[in-house]
Amino acid sequence: MKTNSWFSQRLGQSPDGKASRWLSPWFIGIALCCLLLAAPVILVFASLVLPQTAIWQHLYDTVLSDYIFNSLALAFGVGLCVILIGTPLAWCMARYEFVGRKPLQVLILLPMAMPAYIIAYTYTGLLDFAGPIQSFLRQQFAWQYQDYYFPGIRSLPGAILMLSLVLYPYVYMLARTAFSEMPSSLEEVSKSLGASSQRFLFKVVLPLARPAILMGTALAMMEAFADYGTVQYFGISTFTTGIFRTWFGLGNGIAAAQLAAMLTSFVVLLLFLEHFSRRKVRYYFQGQKSAPMTRVKLTGWQAWSMASLCFLPVLLGFIIPALQLVSWAVDSFHRQFNGAFFTLIWNSFALAAVASISAVTLALLFSYAKRLNQFKMIHGLVNMVSLGYAIPGTVVAIGALITLSWLDFRVNEFTEYWFASSVGLIFSGTLFALILVYCTRFLAVALHNIDTGMARIKPSMDEAALSLGHSPMSILKNVHIPLLKTSVLSALLLVFVDVLKELPATLVLRPFNFNTLAVRTFELASDERLIDAALPALAIVLVGIIPVILLTKMTESKPVELAKMEK
Amino acid sequence: MSFLVACLLSPVAMAEQVNLYSARKEALIKPLLDKFTQQTGIAVNLVTGKADNLITRLKAEGRYSPADLLLTTDVGRLYRAKQQGLTQSILSTDTINQVPADLRDPENHWFGLSLRARPLMVAPNRVDMASIAGLESLTDPQFKGRICVRSSSNIYNQSMLASLVIQLGEAVTQDWATALVKNFARSPQGGDRDQIKAVAAGQCDIAIANTYYLAGMLTSKDSATVQQAQQVKVLWPNQADRGTHVNISGVAVTQHAPNKEAAVKLLEFLLTIEAQQWYAKTNHEYPVLSQVKSSDILQSFGPFKAEQVQLSKLGELNATAVRIMDRAGWK
Repeated sequence: MKTNSWFSQRLGQSPDGKASRWLSPWFIGIALCCLLLAAPVILVFASLVLPQTAIWQHLYDTVLSDYIFNSLALAFGVGLCVILIGTPLAWCMARYEFVGRKPLQVLILLPMAMPAYIIAYTYTGLLDFAGPIQSFLRQQFAWQYQDYYFPGIRSLPGAILMLSLVLYPYVYMLARTAFSEMPSSLEEVSKSLGASSQRFLFKVVLPLARPAILMGTALAMMEAFADYGTVQYFGISTFTTGIFRTWFGLGNGIAAAQLAAMLTSFVVLLLFLEHFSRRKVRYYFQGQKSAPMTRVKLTGWQAWSMASLCFLPVLLGFIIPALQLVSWAVDSFHRQFNGAFFTLIWNSFALAAVASISAVTLALLFSYAKRLNQFKMIHGLVNMVSLGYAIPGTVVAIGALITLSWLDFRVNEFTEYWFASSVGLIFSGTLFALILVYCTRFLAVALHNIDTGMARIKPSMDEAALSLGHSPMSILKNVHIPLLKTSVLSALLLVFVDVLKELPATLVLRPFNFNTLAVRTFELASDERLIDAALPALAIVLVGIIPVILLTKMTESKPVELAKMEK
Repeated sequence: MSFLVACLLSPVAMAEQVNLYSARKEALIKPLLDKFTQQTGIAVNLVTGKADNLITRLKAEGRYSPADLLLTTDVGRLYRAKQQGLTQSILSTDTINQVPADLRDPENHWFGLSLRARPLMVAPNRVDMASIAGLESLTDPQFKGRICVRSSSNIYNQSMLASLVIQLGEAVTQDWATALVKNFARSPQGGDRDQIKAVAAGQCDIAIANTYYLAGMLTSKDSATVQQAQQVKVLWPNQADRGTHVNISGVAVTQHAPNKEAAVKLLEFLLTIEAQQWYAKTNHEYPVLSQVKSSDILQSFGPFKAEQVQLSKLGELNATAVRIMDRAGWK
């Protein structure tokens, strides 16, 4: 408590003066930012005040149970799969030294650069009834349709598999950071108390890493809830497909927003459970020098089997689909590749870079405000913005469109009144609108990473720095950000890659004559020209790989950041 | 000051240009727009997207919207845009009057640019073509487990159902849809091309798909795709009675078009013989001008009788169609 009043004073507020607290420029700035970002989410929930009885009766009678079952099954299926893939993978990489570990560190993250709808396209191309594998089998054994069983890729399990293959890096990254930050002293203590290495893993390591694992899982599940491209292509009725069907097919935007609100409520519940599960426990890492756990060196067949096991998700989640893309791209290269293609690459890259920096800066501010326990009012808003991750991109985009055009109308009314001239649309349909929507959609990703990192920094550090005369902003800059380097970088990477892959919001809001790789891929793919779509799809993957490699390089070089603080 | 701001922020309104919101993919329209710019010197600014989203954007932007023209690939959306007061009527000219009356809005709000037909595509060696007179034949128990069609979320299916509601009534259409779903070979998935491929591979015997998908496959650079397409034959349903379902791609001038004159010029350009020919050849759709021939591939599918439905009605009945398909369990 004492710390808080200290901070209040430092932030230019008197601890007891309510009025000045609201007038603090920090508060006003952060609150306005939040409000703008949260507006689309608020609009979704605002729809609930206008009941649409007739249409809900129809939905309830026909398709609603499908939406609920499929969405939940998809999200929980993906949640389970990413835990089962990501956690052991992170443990093996953090714990063991084996042949090919170094290149694997980069490779394991690559599936992240693969948009889910693209991996779905490629596997469908390979495994579908009319695809090469089944055709080969039929030719080889003279089978006909229904003579043999082949798991249908375009099914709920298929969708779970596709999404899991590209989403497991969320769990992997967070779990790996948690594992590698665990001091070796933990293991020594466990061993000296006679714990077997299994017991050490299940009683010490996993409980300690649980917040990180669950956080990654929650992100993957939110992404699964909001997925549209894959489920639409596989013909699975979920909330996201239902939202568009209700909106445009049945022509009821309010009921569609209510469906979105219902979907978001599942996520609120999910986040609440996640929050509750780690409520009682809080772990801090000491600022003391303690070497991280040393990796056990494997040799011979053990090393090779470990390496191939770890390679499996890379093979399925990246190499096979990428090879399929390459084989298609070779066919279409001369049609798709020209000078304009570089513009597409640049547009995608620049947007993703600006958006990720903006989102991470905001996340740092919000997370720090939370840590200072300042501005309780905006915590709710920040949580609201975080929900944007689970709302389908189009819904967020249209929410932002409504908000921004409302602002545009006010600006124009103002200029028309005072200058007798209108300025047209200055917010909506601009790149600013796009960046804003990306921030709403992906703030959760940045925030989760930074919150997890921030929670591991002992509050006593802040107090120590404060007593040395640092201002709150200087503490953020000189203490937290250096300590958070890994978290900040992984947040930057995740948002960057997410924006690069983002399609629906870009499609709705982009300015005239402005395209991205994702838009181009979609246009060709939705026209059922997969072969032509392969080149831009491949380019998304390649541009996405750049930060993945940079990140692994940067985090690898300095493993123990905590030691720095000693000075 | 405000003038400066205006200059900086909305250069779009200053020079001779026209702004187009297009649901037609860039690759399928850009070459034509470039030709227009070459001929007239009017620059065309383009945003592509899904029709419904573009309409939502148009509506949100209201009177400040920079868009002059809205181009969609089905009539339902044009109707929806008109219904929401987002389009305007334009004066008749000789060019515009060439569009057959049933392919444009009675009040000149929107105009068809091309026709898209939705016939059946069958495997000729497994299906007795004579046993299918029309869509109604597909509910026959002999076709159980033999029919492929894409999801009912797709606008082509929604429009097709809406046209059935107009011609047969809601109750008959409901029974038809319910019986049709019982004959599906698989839960609906993929696009129209996937249905054609499934017929070629033997997963089903009959698919419902738009002609230009088959034409696109036949002219594909990929030999496997061409082979698949060659195993499938077009069957024009309901030739003895109401005709085969058709839809249009079309264009409308927006209500607040800042460059209305240029917009009308572009609209008229899209209706010239040259543009219609390009459209027909590149996209394999049927031109709306009677004097323009359709592509060779389309001609090889044979002539057909199209249904005579007031197209604007299709949009009106879209929600009814979706409800019918929901009740039928058409995923």
